[in-house]
Amino acid sequence: MKIILKNGYVYDPINNINGEVMDIFIKDGKIVNEFREKDAKVIDCKGKVVMPGAIDIHSHIAGGKVNTGRILRPEDHRRFVIARKFKNGKFFRSGAGFSVPSTRITGYLYAKMGYTMAFTPALPPLMARHTHEELSSIPIIDKGALTLMGNNWFVMKYLKAGEIEKCAAFAAWLLKAVKGYAIKVVNPGGGEAWGWGKNVTSLEDRVPYFDITPKEIIEGLMKVNEMLKLPHSEHLHTINLGRVGNYETTIKTMKLARGLENRDRHVLQITHAQFHSYGGESWKSFESKAYEVAKAVNKMKNVAIDVGFVTLDPTTTMTADGPMEYYLSSLTHLKWTNKDIELETAPGVTPYNYSPKSAVSSVQWAVGLELALLVEDPWRVMLTTDHPNGGPFIRYPRIIAWLMSRKYREDFMKNMNKAVEKRAIISSLDREYDLYEIAIITRASQARALGLKEKGHLGVGADADVAVYDINPEELNTAEYEKIERAFSNAYLTIKSGEIVVKEGEVVNEFYGKTYYVDVEVEEELMQEVERDLDYYFKRYYSVNLANYPVSLDYLTNPTKIERKIERVKVIK
Amino acid sequence: MKEIFLKFKGSKTVLEAEVINPNVFAGKKLSEIENLTVYHGNRRAKLGEFFDVEGSTSEDARELRIVVEGDLEKVKRIGENMSEGEILIKGNAGMHTGDFMSGGRIVVEGNVASFCATEMKGGEFIVKGDAGDYLGSAYRGNWIGMQGGLIVVEGNVGRESCAHMSGGKAIIRGTAGDFAGVHMRKGTIIIEGKANRAGAQMIGGTIVILTNVDPLPSFELVGEESDIEVDGERFSGTFLKYIGDKAELRAKGTLYIRK
Ligand SMILES: [Zn+2]
Repeated sequence: MKIILKNGYVYDPINNINGEVMDIFIKDGKIVNEFREKDAKVIDCKGKVVMPGAIDIHSHIAGGKVNTGRILRPEDHRRFVIARKFKNGKFFRSGAGFSVPSTRITGYLYAKMGYTMAFTPALPPLMARHTHEELSSIPIIDKGALTLMGNNWFVMKYLKAGEIEKCAAFAAWLLKAVKGYAIKVVNPGGGEAWGWGKNVTSLEDRVPYFDITPKEIIEGLMKVNEMLKLPHSEHLHTINLGRVGNYETTIKTMKLARGLENRDRHVLQITHAQFHSYGGESWKSFESKAYEVAKAVNKMKNVAIDVGFVTLDPTTTMTADGPMEYYLSSLTHLKWTNKDIELETAPGVTPYNYSPKSAVSSVQWAVGLELALLVEDPWRVMLTTDHPNGGPFIRYPRIIAWLMSRKYREDFMKNMNKAVEKRAIISSLDREYDLYEIAIITRASQARALGLKEKGHLGVGADADVAVYDINPEELNTAEYEKIERAFSNAYLTIKSGEIVVKEGEVVNEFYGKTYYVDVEVEEELMQEVERDLDYYFKRYYSVNLANYPVSLDYLTNPTKIERKIERVKVIK
Repeated sequence: MKEIFLKFKGSKTVLEAEVINPNVFAGKKLSEIENLTVYHGNRRAKLGEFFDVEGSTSEDARELRIVVEGDLEKVKRIGENMSEGEILIKGNAGMHTGDFMSGGRIVVEGNVASFCATEMKGGEFIVKGDAGDYLGSAYRGNWIGMQGGLIVVEGNVGRESCAHMSGGKAIIRGTAGDFAGVHMRKGTIIIEGKANRAGAQMIGGTIVILTNVDPLPSFELVGEESDIEVDGERFSGTFLKYIGDKAELRAKGTLYIRK
């Protein structure tokens, strides 16, 4: 199918295009050079905004704990139901769930907002098959899964023994086996300590039995990441998430990236930084330390953040940080569940109601916005809510409107706990994002972080994933923030792989997107050594046979491989 | 008070009839009431298919009493969401009777099935016979149960009655099954008969048990009180006073058990 999007205001930061009126030419799923209008579908985008399809680098949309969340929360499904629909000779399936939507509508809801890609950020290797089965029933969007390694027995064992090459070879083997995309680290060492009824609270704490520290795990995996030349950086949920006064740990964590470099991207992503930017001595004196954290991010050019905004909604929290979830549930007296994954990780799930009336929640709301407004370089900021932890992804349009409109923030704060004015600085921040900056934090910076050259832009050769919004930049008045929110909630047009999938906020077509995974080849002798260890430890400790562990490509929709060939793994000191 | 009589003709399959509600009937002619939608299995049907409708209607739900007659065990959701008026059920009633009611009054002369008066916010729910499980509790998965109003059951109740109770008052004249008032936050439960494991994981509210039973071991005995008054009700005799459930952080629930 050939499509021409005519006369829209184009925002394409990767190609330095800032609101220029241009035509975009689409053919066979790609953005191409100009062609003649004959036999193409020409769509008038005059007075509208054209952006690359949006990308969500961190959204819990599939996997063991997401499904555990669905099982835990029938009441969440009762409050948000989408009925089956017949359109263009096709049935679009029903689904339910406000904070943990079922798979099918996850794809629809993303597409409706102009999103064309989302990565689920916590794939427990042993649950990989299940995770891919869920991903494979999410339509429209492209997908991928970040692989949990921060509490993995092999990783801790190799790093402790100073065998970082073996650790790298293991990481390469693991990513390929589970069809994962990147190294994800969650509460490094804390998950393992939790198995002993403990946790880690400082970067220097020692993990029971393995006798390794969170610092050593973070640094080790950051080096492994660069030794393997992976497309994405280490993706780190550092220790002390959600704890009062945790901002110092966060800044210390960022400093661990010193001395490491990568030409194309940052080397460390502090994920859901909002949950890690808290000050105070107790919940009573809980306050925002976004200023301090943002200052550190501004200095550390090789570190990026995704924000993890709090949207002030009732939601479900789910992290591979089991002890944190248990702690949270004991504060709220709400139901909680744990999902132990043998030698690998132990996520927890509990509901949480972020109420604007609560002092803590209202400050958390401010922390996210302050981070986004105070980090100067939008290329190192990514819009996320850590869905569903800070709020459901369907709230992204509202976050965009908050960032673009100071008036919206002020109006929204009127009904909030007064703590937001005393223990946060949000009310003093004038900055308003423009459409170009929004395009960066929702598209360009995320594509760059993932190292995907064909994504996040509209240059010739890019995948034809495009969103058109009914906003006229010439007439844009940020005081009319409802209009902004409405426009980003209902894309005028979403094009995925060159096909129209959403028209005026309604899904009109569906098919399956790509699933990205990484395949790194390392030298044979090294891999053989690791395979001997795998054999030995799987027989001894795993409940599955090694041969049954890897996930075959049959489980992925349109599997798309990112290849690396490392002749000889070189240790980074 | 105007009265509308519904006489149940019977049904082999479960019928969902949330339209039997003074708020819905108010201002409608009898013929319109007969045409209201009920769900018969997976099929839409008309109320008149299953009920003979007689009597006189009112514009004002407050002036309306619906009298339902027959064995209604298979009829679900009568009085769901009602806020005004009265329903009198002459017989047994099915699941979800009185769910989410916020006002008015439902009287059931027979027994009610499980999940009745779920998440009730106000009004009165009176049962002359027994009630099934989850009476006045939270709907599946939710953590806010009954928030206001009054439940009175003359007979016995099943398990987990008033689960997640967050307000209001429930009086049970007979025996309560396991875990009455589990996860309770606020409100009052009075149980005249026996009650096993009452108040498990409660963090607030008050439960009074007028029969001598053992509390859960996670309740702390704080003293004895005589001739107590709780939520406007007086009880004579000596009571053991417990605070709990200490299995929860900072729990402040009160449990009185007659000595
Ligand atoms: Zn996350």
